Amino acid sequence: MLRAARTFALLTLVVLASVSASPSYAAPTAAGRTGLKTFRIIYFRKKYHFNPEVLPSLLESHPANLGVAGAEEATYELNTAGKFIGWHFKLDVITVPDGGNLIAAAQKLLAHGPRIIIADLKANDLLALSDLPAAQHAVILDMRTIDDSLRQQDCRANTFHLLPNQAMRTDALAQYLVLKRWTHWFIIQGPTPQDAVYAADIRRSAKRYGAHIAAEKVYNYNPGSRRSDTGYQQIQTQMPLATEVDADYDVIFVADETDLFGDYLPYNTFAARPVVGTQGLVASAWSPAYQEYAALQMQQRFDLFAHRRMTELDYGGWLAVRIVGNAVMRAGITTPIPMRKYLRSKDFLVQGYKGQGLNFRRWDQQLRQPVLLTTPLMTVSISPQHGFLHPGYTTDTLGFDKPETKCHLH
Amino acid sequence: MSSALTRRGAALLLAAAVCLGVFAAQARATELFVTNEIDDTVTVLNGQTYKVIATIPTDQRPRGIVATPDHKYVLVCDGDSSNIDVIDTKTLKVVRRIDTGPDPETLAMSPSGDKVYVSNENNALVTVINFATGKWITQVPVGIEPEGLAVTRHGHTVVVVSETTSMAHFIDTKSWKVVANVLVDTRPRIAEFTPDQHWLWVSSEVGGTVSVINPRTHTIAHVIYFHIPGVDREYIGPVGVRFTTDGRLAFVALGRANRVAVINAKTYKVEKYILVGQRPWQMMFSPHRRRLFVVNGLTNDVTIIDVPSLQPVRSVPVGRLPWGIAVVP
Repeated sequence: MLRAARTFALLTLVVLASVSASPSYAAPTAAGRTGLKTFRIIYFRKKYHFNPEVLPSLLESHPANLGVAGAEEATYELNTAGKFIGWHFKLDVITVPDGGNLIAAAQKLLAHGPRIIIADLKANDLLALSDLPAAQHAVILDMRTIDDSLRQQDCRANTFHLLPNQAMRTDALAQYLVLKRWTHWFIIQGPTPQDAVYAADIRRSAKRYGAHIAAEKVYNYNPGSRRSDTGYQQIQTQMPLATEVDADYDVIFVADETDLFGDYLPYNTFAARPVVGTQGLVASAWSPAYQEYAALQMQQRFDLFAHRRMTELDYGGWLAVRIVGNAVMRAGITTPIPMRKYLRSKDFLVQGYKGQGLNFRRWDQQLRQPVLLTTPLMTVSISPQHGFLHPGYTTDTLGFDKPETKCHLH
Repeated sequence: MSSALTRRGAALLLAAAVCLGVFAAQARATELFVTNEIDDTVTVLNGQTYKVIATIPTDQRPRGIVATPDHKYVLVCDGDSSNIDVIDTKTLKVVRRIDTGPDPETLAMSPSGDKVYVSNENNALVTVINFATGKWITQVPVGIEPEGLAVTRHGHTVVVVSETTSMAHFIDTKSWKVVANVLVDTRPRIAEFTPDQHWLWVSSEVGGTVSVINPRTHTIAHVIYFHIPGVDREYIGPVGVRFTTDGRLAFVALGRANRVAVINAKTYKVEKYILVGQRPWQMMFSPHRRRLFVVNGLTNDVTIIDVPSLQPVRSVPVGRLPWGIAVVP
């Protein structure tokens, strides 16, 4: 019953224990005259090459501190709390250049640093990190990927996923479409393997929620010169052709995970139908336009700190640091094995501006969460939608539920 | 002035007619002041007829609201305008604005009414203001997203809860220092002392609990949980806390569970859940605590609960996204 009180007792125990613990990693170190114990939070990322020319809209940008800024803001927040109860958090950002040796950097990190790692890595790199023998007893907080495979056949016991995966996203959209009775969908799928996964998720969502796939098309868009000043004229002829099908449908459900053409679809389609999916009305964990459940305060705080808007990746970084902070300050946990147990337990909960506490699914270590449905300017809705029920958590109506999981973590 | 007098006159006549003069000595009807966060207004309701008697324009994003101890004024925090609107309860007009620093969310007054305590949500500060002069006495750094404030009866201690830091901070009003911090469950919103001042109740919206804190030892003595058949745990978000005068019962507004919990404040057992409008947060009693007014943020109304019978009596519409409530007798 005395949950918070017990937390303090634990904290005291850990502080005492740390005096005799090995100094090599994880043991909180006294920060000299301030009297605060320091905890290092590791943010491990690869600096992937990115060509801003590929962004379809001039309004989009790709700040160098994407993700990191969220983690920095969260660290500042933790320290505001920490100073009252004796903790100082230090964010250590370790960056591997694109083409650099990720494995060597990871091994060095795992040998010396705390084995609690926030990973800002793409799927294949994340998996490489998770599968290192030295990472076997680590905790890896995946703040970036949305790949289904990492929650299914490629799930790992040491890895926790923070952002909603692809299937959660198509389910979030599907619930809303079904609620609107827009149940006949035309899938237009891009050329990448990720697009194929997303398209399969759309079909799965349709089956789950009683919608119908009225038509499907694979579109291999070749962007050519994307930002030429005659661009729209090309688009205006290409998009109607791409979307011309002999079928009656309510919405176009686009599967274009790499933003090749999806943003060109609205108002350029053959038929007058709305666009949803990876572009148009999209499902995500965060949007700079989201302000419900006090998210407005988060947006304002982030803007004051980073002088730009908060993206989904920043939210991932923010959430990851807050999760570490909860483990350290609430449960007194500073080492990976107890942390893994804590993150999987009923005691764990993180606040993410979604009007409810968020925790992890035990079967695949995916964070349960309401998912936003947004356009670039507005939050249109938040799923799960009213009336979609679940015996456990209503948020488990999104994505891979226990009976259908291909991941069996014990 | 004249229209206000006419209005008072009408209210008096009505009260006299209805009550056959029994309450004729009580010349002024009770009035309810409700802040409407997205309308930028305060709705004033007659406390007997519950008719809207005024809609007062405020500055931007009005949320926290309190009446001064002498009931001459109602103070409203305007979050996006960084000030307090001071409403004269006679004329129902904004007569003064007080600078608060950025993003004031809510406020409390010292028992004598000489000081105003403001939680600056975006700045992790409590700003202390001399009410007479509007001058800042000090600013006290606290946790992130400070919200609910509670002041002890003698004014020696001010408690503020910080939503993102999840703590109750105890501020000593002589030294203006934070003297104690109590970590509570996630996202605390409101702190309220029991009438005998022996306990401090803190609601945790995302944690879904109420912590009962011993304010002398600064430790949590009890945690109250809520279980409502048919309502998922994640929808139970405790916010507003109020006690009956005798301290026997506590009312806790449960946010998206759309209910107010009635708790035996001695045994901590939940005795009843009263269905109200959608997303109730803030609550206030009528002057003799016979009625409890519950502000429902998403249904834009106020549910009136009869305290002796614990029954909801009726709901009355107010403005859009109503937030806080003050009652002037």
